[in-house]
Amino acid sequence: MSTHDFTSRVHPLFDRLCADLLGQLAPGEELTINLNAEETLFVRFNGNRVRQNTDVQQLSLSLRLQSQGRTVEKSRTLSGNFETDQVAMTSLLARCRDEAAVLPIDPHQVPIQNHGSSSETFRGALLAPEQVVAAVVRPAQGCDLAGLYAGGTVIRGNQNSQGQSHWFATETFFLDYSLYNGPQAAKGNYAGTHWHDDEWTANLARTKTLLQLLSKPQQNVPPGAYRSYLAPGALSDLIGMMGWNALSAAAWKQGRSPFKKLAEKDLSLSPLLSVDENFGLGLTPRFNALGEVSATTLPLIQRGELANLLVSSRTAKEYSLQANGAADGEAPRALDVHPGTLAQSDILRELGTGLFLSNLHYLNWSDPVSARVTGMTRYACFWVEGGEIVGPIKDLRWDESLYSALGSKLMALTADAEIDPAVDTYYQRALGGSRTPGALIDGFTFTL
Amino acid sequence: MPSHTHPFEPALRHALLLAEWAGLRHSSETTTQRCVRNDRPEQNQSCLEQGVMCEVLVDGHFGYAATADLSLAGLQRAFDRAATTTRATTAHKVHGFTAAQRPQANGRYQSQRQTALDQTSLADMTDCLLAASRAMQGSDLLVNRSASAMLVQTDIEYLTSSGSHTRQHFDLVDLTLSATAAQGLESQTRTWSRTGQLGGEVFHRDTLVQQAHQVAQEALALLQADNCPSGRMDLILMPDQMMLQIHESIGHPLELDRILGDERNYAGWSFVKPQDFGTLQYGSELMNVSFDPTREHEFASYEFDDGGHRASKQLLIEHGVLQRGLGSLESQSRSGLPGVANFRSASWNRAPIDRMANVNLEPGSATLDELIAQVEHGVLMRSNRSWSIDDYRNKFQFGCELGQMIENGKLGKLVRNPNYRGVTVDFWNRLAGVGRDATLHGSPYCGKGEPSQVIRVGHASPPCLFRDVEVFGGQA
Repeated sequence: MSTHDFTSRVHPLFDRLCADLLGQLAPGEELTINLNAEETLFVRFNGNRVRQNTDVQQLSLSLRLQSQGRTVEKSRTLSGNFETDQVAMTSLLARCRDEAAVLPIDPHQVPIQNHGSSSETFRGALLAPEQVVAAVVRPAQGCDLAGLYAGGTVIRGNQNSQGQSHWFATETFFLDYSLYNGPQAAKGNYAGTHWHDDEWTANLARTKTLLQLLSKPQQNVPPGAYRSYLAPGALSDLIGMMGWNALSAAAWKQGRSPFKKLAEKDLSLSPLLSVDENFGLGLTPRFNALGEVSATTLPLIQRGELANLLVSSRTAKEYSLQANGAADGEAPRALDVHPGTLAQSDILRELGTGLFLSNLHYLNWSDPVSARVTGMTRYACFWVEGGEIVGPIKDLRWDESLYSALGSKLMALTADAEIDPAVDTYYQRALGGSRTPGALIDGFTFTL
Repeated sequence: MPSHTHPFEPALRHALLLAEWAGLRHSSETTTQRCVRNDRPEQNQSCLEQGVMCEVLVDGHFGYAATADLSLAGLQRAFDRAATTTRATTAHKVHGFTAAQRPQANGRYQSQRQTALDQTSLADMTDCLLAASRAMQGSDLLVNRSASAMLVQTDIEYLTSSGSHTRQHFDLVDLTLSATAAQGLESQTRTWSRTGQLGGEVFHRDTLVQQAHQVAQEALALLQADNCPSGRMDLILMPDQMMLQIHESIGHPLELDRILGDERNYAGWSFVKPQDFGTLQYGSELMNVSFDPTREHEFASYEFDDGGHRASKQLLIEHGVLQRGLGSLESQSRSGLPGVANFRSASWNRAPIDRMANVNLEPGSATLDELIAQVEHGVLMRSNRSWSIDDYRNKFQFGCELGQMIENGKLGKLVRNPNYRGVTVDFWNRLAGVGRDATLHGSPYCGKGEPSQVIRVGHASPPCLFRDVEVFGGQA
């Protein structure tokens, strides 16, 4: 089945199941229905050879029943056959009712409303499943390539008992990979909606060039504080920590936000830093699981000061705040860091002597109250002297507060920014991503 | 083929027209989340994931297709997709496999528990969680009090064209109590959890209330505590932190698929080299580590892995020397190294890869008091809160919720924000004492693989003493 066939089969199935379920509601019952579906070919590569190929077709429908002040959510996998799924979903709705009869009242329940309707379908031109392996490995002959190709259709749908209806379908692929020369590695990513052999070849050539730089003598850099340039991929990793409770209004109210001091104006970040939630990047649908539609752009940090936290309707109700379309977990879905003025050609000169970091790895809060983060350097990271790359470094552990790294120590942001599309594949292919420039940071702290 | 008639048999017969060997794994898993926060219902949610992974062996390469359409036509289509893609792949396969990597397996497995999860009433569960939440009341500084339970019931049935037929049923519980105390700009969180193959018996009201009260009191006490001091000192890790230490610095680096490079583009490679098996002094002589999927109630116990390999206990590290890797029959065939039965998938829609399952540190002989008595200046840490390690599994930094100073062999004051860092082999060679009393811990959220998978892992460990470790606290 082609990816177009998948969308044209799933859309009417979703509409029929929604009509059937919404038609079964009793007075006083309200229902929100969400669909997550995808048809994806995954191919895992090691040594430019195939380790595993997995073709997945999956559909999941979730129900949020609100009845007599109670809230129950249940979801299940769909078979794709209407008659089978109609019976299964009717049974699931019945079990929602059974539980609602037993549970206590949910005082933070958000009334179901009609937040409007939307329908977006983005067609792509993807490789046929049997073409993928040859297309990937042929230009990479002689390379030690490890990585994952994922391509196909991703669908999100939403309807509710107040007449709301949203549909989002997109045909995309990504090839998230790294090239190895012994223990040295360079990272690459080719993603889009239309596969082009020449684009893949050019992408690969850029990563090969980066890998060649790693053949210079390895530099032993002892722990200490160094001026460091975080390339867009590395800054994307660092900014991504803002999705771990930092920008969540609920986490702030519940004592779990590392940005509590920012929210309460005890500390600020650099005036060079402005961050938006920007759905204009086109990486993810604007509607959330309640069907609420976010503004196209929501400022989160403006010139180093907190502009908005992400506030879901449930949090808004509990703490008397204004909701702004955030999803239940209040994590950003499309972070966009405003670029600065540092030209690409001036990066090494401005860095002078220090570290050029292409990627970071395995970040975690090491002291949440002070927004301190630890992590590792990874992939193409170099020691630079006098504006010249000397050689690759052995991986270093770093430990630094965001209030410092993105505060007083932030020297400049580059004029160019790069999109980092989400390549997460836990449970299902993720949508979303971020856009970040590079960042020049003084005295970044390396500990091990 | 299975000797009795099974509804999936016709699909397997169809697959044999396309492949040298075929397998089919049907998985049905219901995950229920119950959460009470600040004495009010926060989450009542369940999710049924159900489908079939169809597997074919074509010209020495295993390929997969997943479908939730369980009709014969649906399964046949999935096998067709698997065969088509796999046939186009075999010229570029990483290794030539045979059906020997899918040994014949027949048998059943059932988690040990007293009360089946589906026999536990929602009203009783909710009542217990509400009682635990209320037991954390007592101060306006306790801004967040939650009691939550994740209940999982899983059925996996596996059939192959070579006659394997296994059925395994799992009852799994991850119960967590959490209290956050906040004052001004400072906040501290304490948690308690019980994680394992268990049943409804975990909803014991008095036990939960007692634990909840303790968690809340410790969060309040940490709010007033000093920061953990910085410097090199002795370190005692309690079992709920040893779990993380074992997981990150033993479990992952010993996975053979990492050593073979499969994971390089995601979680990373490993500092362990094939030639290290049988020679590397991974830790001190006190260090004995096992892979043990046979242990009752531990979170990742099972009878067969997802390739039909019967599971058994194996020593990975003996008296500190590395002996065996965490690798499936596929990884063993590729590497020539000894492994275990750990070819596991997270769900019906993911292919199996090498996963650690239960990895345990074998108990020693010392009581906790005897370990503490050996410390002149040090700190005891409980309950993981922060974890980070490099992609070769060398340089780690871990943080805990609670620290307690040890001076001259005696426990002293509480300290907050305790952290420590080190390098794996150096750290394990600092192991100077192993307690006798191991407890079971686990996590539902071990992430790995491309496409990615979260899977359950279990770790049993006693408290352990490490000498002269770099310790530090939070910012003042």
